[in-house]
Amino acid sequence: MPQNYDVVIIGGGVVGCMTARFLSRTSLSILLIEKDADIGMGASSANSAIVHAGYDPVPGSLKAKTNVAANAIWDTVAGELSIPFDRRGDYVVAVGSEELPGLEKLLEQGRQNGVPGMHIISAEEMRHREPNINPAVSGALWAPTGGICDPFMATVAAAENAVQNGVTLLLETAFEGFILDGRKVAGVHTSRGDFGCRWVINAAGMYADAVMHKAGTHPEFKITPRRGEYMILDKAEITINNVLFPVPSEKGKGILVTASLHGNTLVGPNAQVLDDPEDTAVTREGLDDTWSGARKLIPGLSPRGVIAVFAGLRAMGNAPCKTPGVDYHHDFLIECDAEVQGLINLGGIESPGLTAAPAIALMVMDLMKEAGEKLEYKRSWNPIRPPRPRFHELNREAQDALIRQDPRYGRMICRCEEITEGEIVAEIHAPIPARTYDAIKRRTWLGTGRCLGSFDMPRVVEILSRELGVSPFEITKKGHNSAFLQRETKNLEA
Amino acid sequence: MKTIQSKYDVVVIGSGPAGLAAAIAAKKEGAEDVLVIDRDLEPGGILLQCIHNGFGLETFQQDLPGPSYAQRFIDEAVGLGVELLLDTMVLDITSQRKVTVSNRFMGIADIDARSIVLAMGCRERTRAQIRLPGFRPAGVFTAGTAQRWVNVEGYMPGSRFVILGSGDIGMIMARRLSLEGAKVERVLEIMPFLTGLTRNYVQCLNDYDIPLQLSHTVNRIIGKNRVEAIESVQVDERWNPIPGTSEIIPCDTLLLSVGLIPENELSKKAGVRIDPITGGPYVDDTFQTNVPGIFAAGNVVHVYDLVDWVTEAGLASGRSAARFATTVRNSEIRHIPLVAGENVRYVVPHELDKDNLANGEIRLQLRVKTPIEAPTRIEVSDGENLVTRKVEPYARPGEIITLTISPRAYDDVQRAGRLVVSAVKR
Repeated sequence: MPQNYDVVIIGGGVVGCMTARFLSRTSLSILLIEKDADIGMGASSANSAIVHAGYDPVPGSLKAKTNVAANAIWDTVAGELSIPFDRRGDYVVAVGSEELPGLEKLLEQGRQNGVPGMHIISAEEMRHREPNINPAVSGALWAPTGGICDPFMATVAAAENAVQNGVTLLLETAFEGFILDGRKVAGVHTSRGDFGCRWVINAAGMYADAVMHKAGTHPEFKITPRRGEYMILDKAEITINNVLFPVPSEKGKGILVTASLHGNTLVGPNAQVLDDPEDTAVTREGLDDTWSGARKLIPGLSPRGVIAVFAGLRAMGNAPCKTPGVDYHHDFLIECDAEVQGLINLGGIESPGLTAAPAIALMVMDLMKEAGEKLEYKRSWNPIRPPRPRFHELNREAQDALIRQDPRYGRMICRCEEITEGEIVAEIHAPIPARTYDAIKRRTWLGTGRCLGSFDMPRVVEILSRELGVSPFEITKKGHNSAFLQRETKNLEA
Repeated sequence: MKTIQSKYDVVVIGSGPAGLAAAIAAKKEGAEDVLVIDRDLEPGGILLQCIHNGFGLETFQQDLPGPSYAQRFIDEAVGLGVELLLDTMVLDITSQRKVTVSNRFMGIADIDARSIVLAMGCRERTRAQIRLPGFRPAGVFTAGTAQRWVNVEGYMPGSRFVILGSGDIGMIMARRLSLEGAKVERVLEIMPFLTGLTRNYVQCLNDYDIPLQLSHTVNRIIGKNRVEAIESVQVDERWNPIPGTSEIIPCDTLLLSVGLIPENELSKKAGVRIDPITGGPYVDDTFQTNVPGIFAAGNVVHVYDLVDWVTEAGLASGRSAARFATTVRNSEIRHIPLVAGENVRYVVPHELDKDNLANGEIRLQLRVKTPIEAPTRIEVSDGENLVTRKVEPYARPGEIITLTISPRAYDDVQRAGRLVVSAVKR
């Protein structure tokens, strides 16, 4: 007899986790399943970390609608969930006079989408606001509602709040198929057995099309992986305090140069269409593309400053925009499935998916209501996810007080990002325990600095082993088949 | 519970060979109280994981393993009354020489120092800094991280290795891993020449039949969760991959020995100026940085080949730091710059006080830009006239060249506005 839930959400990315979090306000019983060893290991862990203003998506599209709606509530969501977020505004920078008309077009598009406060500034003003900008700048579009966030914590915080409010999370649990009652959802088969349910929310990211096809719906829908490669530059090298986009082309928003919340500069992504939905390898050519794109905006960037490179995949869909008269074929798919009752599809959620996630979650609730589900709000729902202390964000007095309370905050494990043993232990024992090196990295930013974890790695393996009560040989970087250590020395037979 | 004072004559940051030597010399030179701060639980720095021999040939005329070499200095320092503050991180240093530390037993504490010796050593270059393509699985480690696991903690991080970079740590790890029963498939070096010491090539690779491929690099890391293989490729003289030369080498671990970078984040907080070539502070012949009272020695200044020279630099900086802390200073210092001339990548110190030559010889250390496999003249001139010179049997970028200016050159140096160092084939 399978365990029953009202709702099963497939996929623990930012969209699935935000949906779980908003739905946790209702009396529905919810199961969130994730195939990997941690939440947020896909696109949610490798993106530009931008909360977009919303001038970029095609007017009338769901991308535009959810982007602008979500942007307006990001302060509330980030405040409730303690997600690091800084609404510092963003720029689209025109280089050379030929790019100036592009700014006008974006400004008009932004107005149609309902983006507040935008205006075009002069080249001189742009040079003043960003002294490192390409001297050939011809003007810029300023959007004060743009911002930067911590995408890892957005996912973790949403999931954690969901779990605090009664959602069940199962990691390393892969969706394998539907249990259908005619054309109605009755449950799911997973790698951990069957679960009964009335609703399935398909937030499977790169595999959203495969989930639909398992239900026998949307045979035409296809996710195309589009890889983007990024570089992170050391905070010590050149300080960029702004979020700078180039004028977009047909290929997308282009390669941006942006401040990060951790003081480093992030550049990227390029865009390359692939077949393999797991191919997050960085390439020589891709990094070259990214580098030349970044240098177009900030010519003074030095390759010496590069401290990390990574690649992320965007789940580009092929859903046509449903607004009459809008010719656009890569829109978000957000719908109650027309053929399978109880299935909600969230497909093709590429950029601005991180920004839009809270609005997508609210749309899901509306879709369920429209389909006749009575959503009753729990009085006990607590929207607040309390933050955990971050040593390097505290002043000296607060640091001192924290160490006196728990001496483990006095032991520095990651010297570059100043992450202490106390923070690591807190994440290992959090509501969603961090059980791998990368899980700790995503939650604390440990190992993301200039030494890339060379110093902290042996210490983190030791702490994980001690706190989880398992042998160091079982400690992995990212789950299955990614252990750090193989055997003891002088013990060849073992 | 460890208690410390709030004021010291000399505070040394780092208890590796440079820091220990600096503390010992400072104490002997008359500094009243000397404090050495280290983030690790034990003093000795990276020497503690260097269990191979080859340390101390110059200092003690003995061939010691790293921990034994360190222990001699630890014993001497402790015997002289040097205080050690371990398991402690320095969070900040100011140009006014206030040191802020954090640890488990004191919380946050401020220490005022009359002088400071920066001896933080260096860190390893990572895969990102050489923009290594491919996935980011477990099993890509810097050689030093692997060395810590194997030699200090007793764990093997893999069984089939490829090592990128012919630096000394990489070659030493190749031998160490072979002794532990691992298979080291290959050492790849992007440069057309060995970057570590020749003796390490002979003793660590040749003696263990580990192939070294020059002008080769890693083209791609294969394996999403754990390394499954790497693709190697031959490169041209501009480091571009040569088509058709790639080869898949199955392995479970890739070790990187691709260079060391002086660790100067703290130095920068204090306003210490950094030389972009060495990655370390600009120092004068007393190892003082541009910030008065802040000295620097060892791999934090530039990466040395031999620990003995690090010790020597540490001793000199410690003497200088003690003098700064305990004596009234001569305000008129007559510095002249030392400039890297033909085929010289850098020379340390960056400047010298002309008067100091009256007190004894001044030692220069330099690296050449390109190798010269023939007798090479190392010359110091004032731009026109020769001040001093020596001949080396060869000059390789991987090996530091040492040259002294003797007090006999005092008059020549007084006339000079700068000194230019060059390395040319005889």
